[in-house]
Amino acid sequence: MTCSEFLKELTDYLDDAMDPQTKAELEDHLQWCHNCYVVCNTTKMTIEIYRESHLYELPDDLRTKLRTAIVGKCKSHDDPEHA
Amino acid sequence: MATIQPKVEEPASDELTLVHAAKAGDISAFEQLVKRYDRNVFRIAQHITQNREDAEDVVQDAFLKAYQNLKNFQEQSKFYTWLVRIAVNEALMRLRRRRPERMVSLDEDIKTEEDSMPREVADWSPNPEQLYSQGELKEILGKTIQGLPPGFRTVFVLRDVEGLSTEETADALDLSIPAVKSRLLRARLQLRERLSKYFKNRVGGDGKQ
Repeated sequence: MTCSEFLKELTDYLDDAMDPQTKAELEDHLQWCHNCYVVCNTTKMTIEIYRESHLYELPDDLRTKLRTAIVGKCKSHDDPEHA
Repeated sequence: MATIQPKVEEPASDELTLVHAAKAGDISAFEQLVKRYDRNVFRIAQHITQNREDAEDVVQDAFLKAYQNLKNFQEQSKFYTWLVRIAVNEALMRLRRRRPERMVSLDEDIKTEEDSMPREVADWSPNPEQLYSQGELKEILGKTIQGLPPGFRTVFVLRDVEGLSTEETADALDLSIPAVKSRLLRARLQLRERLSKYFKNRVGGDGKQ
């Protein structure tokens, strides 16, 4: 397996969405190719760091404000005369 | 090497009951659905629009549109996937308004494979969490994902941050499964490349730029 072939399969490998034979070939490549090992490892860290980053959390006060506005608009939609 | 385990959150079994009640006009049932997914919609909207005010508007408009169109929800997909589809469209519309000079679509940015070829192959050490404070880290992550084309960051956020499956992401974005996979790979590699500038192992330095 070449590095480009490895790279093409990287997403399926990280998602564990591949047949056992291809997975074994990829893991064999990782045993001896340091660059692919690093790319694989740091890509995995990239995904994990974004997943755990809590980027763009919705603060409680804004959450309440938005929910009140949404419910109000839904009520107006159902009963436009009381909007 | 261990693989990434998807963050799968199965919808509560009462979800369809809530959807049916909301369809029949029960606003409190719909409010429960809002409470369940407002954080996710806000996060997706902010990732796509990169603007706080727009994200707030998207949350309101997406839920209102969902409520108005509930009768058209055929229940062939999960309610959440259907809602995400509405929210993504609203977010892209706002992004286009802010950037009228540029065409913004999920189909743009189809370039050669070269844009994702790894150049930076230094491992990350120490762990980024040890290298930067929580605030610094958020700033780096926000700045980095902002630089990705909208089509890439949308796929990345749905798949890797929100934990939708490839099929659900394809459904929500109206893309084919190979198109989702190709964008996801390139988004992951481009983010990795950009983050490596901050997180790569620096021998002999203090670790910071």
